[in-house]
Amino acid sequence: MRSIQRTLAVTHRVLLTIRSDRRTVALMFVVPSLLVGLFSWMFNNATVFDKVGGRLVGLFPFVVMFLAASITTLKERRSGTLERFLTTPMRRGEFIGGYALAFTVMALVQTGITLSFAIYVCGFDTKDSVWLLYMAAVINALCGMSLGLLASAFAQTEFQVIQFMPAFIFPQIILGGLFVPLTQMPDALHTISDWLPLTHSLRALVNITDGLPLADVMHEVLIVAAVCAGCLLLGSLTLRKKTA
Amino acid sequence: MSDVASFTGVSVRRGKSTVLADVNLSLPAGQIIGLLGPSGAGKSTIMRALVGVQSKVSGQVSVLGSPAGSASLATRVAYSTQASSVFDDLNVRQNLEFARTIIGADPTRIDAVLAEVGLTNVAGQKVESLSGGQRNRVSLAIAMLGSPELLILDEPTVGLDPVLRAEIWGIFRDLANAGKTLLVSSHVMDEAERCDRLIFVREGRVIADDTLANILLATQTTSAEGAFLALAKKQVD
Repeated sequence: MRSIQRTLAVTHRVLLTIRSDRRTVALMFVVPSLLVGLFSWMFNNATVFDKVGGRLVGLFPFVVMFLAASITTLKERRSGTLERFLTTPMRRGEFIGGYALAFTVMALVQTGITLSFAIYVCGFDTKDSVWLLYMAAVINALCGMSLGLLASAFAQTEFQVIQFMPAFIFPQIILGGLFVPLTQMPDALHTISDWLPLTHSLRALVNITDGLPLADVMHEVLIVAAVCAGCLLLGSLTLRKKTA
Repeated sequence: MSDVASFTGVSVRRGKSTVLADVNLSLPAGQIIGLLGPSGAGKSTIMRALVGVQSKVSGQVSVLGSPAGSASLATRVAYSTQASSVFDDLNVRQNLEFARTIIGADPTRIDAVLAEVGLTNVAGQKVESLSGGQRNRVSLAIAMLGSPELLILDEPTVGLDPVLRAEIWGIFRDLANAGKTLLVSSHVMDEAERCDRLIFVREGRVIADDTLANILLATQTTSAEGAFLALAKKQVD
């Protein structure tokens, strides 16, 4: 019971922190929609946009969540608040759980806005699977968050975290099948691609918009959810109470 | 008076260098103990070892009868790091409400500590908009929330003007009068006069652990600064 209270206290505090920075909130909620809008305008063709729209709705929140999660946790490691509160009854699992919950709330709102924008403004056709698409996109955003939480353990400064974007996120986008279908990639890249979490998220989304059976969608979603859980677990292990 | 904490043969290594070398200490209850020494002397390391966040500690650190860092100490000892460790983007009350839930303290403690540290009228303000002295008092208020027996405060008065420093030392005195033990670090030697007992640290070693009067007598000096210099010279010789 106490443990749940502490986890929720962390969640509440993280949400208060995010809310206090109005500009970041605006950027988080508006920018993915604008980028989706830009793509829709650029393609200028409903058939092409219907093919990639699902993946775009998942992709931008993924990137934004990665950055938001890695920078907020890094700030906590650097400001001394993490060290201080690890000497109180707060456990590191409660800390990570609280963060994950707060960013789940953010992901739900952000993905909801992006998906609504794609449907109502850009005329994206979800083939009657809007809720499934929403769930898959939210899980993708959570995957970005959990990678961000983990990445923050390996960065000493905000600059380094930003550098993790081209280092760890861009390759996943490039190899994710958005530009070149996996089957047309050289074998080595195809194999690498299969091991990247974003590939599976994007595949789940494209399977939905292609109208594939639910089992094909859930298979990919479960892989992403497993990566998410794994990163959170590893992330909590990197929160050492004792440091040099 | 009994001791609230003790170090027995404690050494700490960081990489190849030794940050603390064979430290033996005891912190008597109900006193303000000043941990004085230049930056990099090992003051923060001593404090971090006391709250169990320092890695590579050899020897024995015991706090309130348990090994340092034990779960049972989590609410009996409060710690404030050198970097104030408060949430700048929250207001004062939100900081305290978070800490209260984490520590499991009574809700009525929030208004009580706000009054004790004199922050009642800025409770709704964001910490980042406060002055340095107010910010330090937010950190102190968080430490006081759970009514801990031992408060470990790393440089709580750094960068403050003499008036604000005097105010914060007044709060420390009230806490000690209420039976709490405080370990307060500083690199400002004139804060020594405000402490009941002093620990001088230099280059990872404790060079004095006594009352100011006894240290002055032993070193034949008239100020804490002079005594520190004399002891440092003796350490070099």
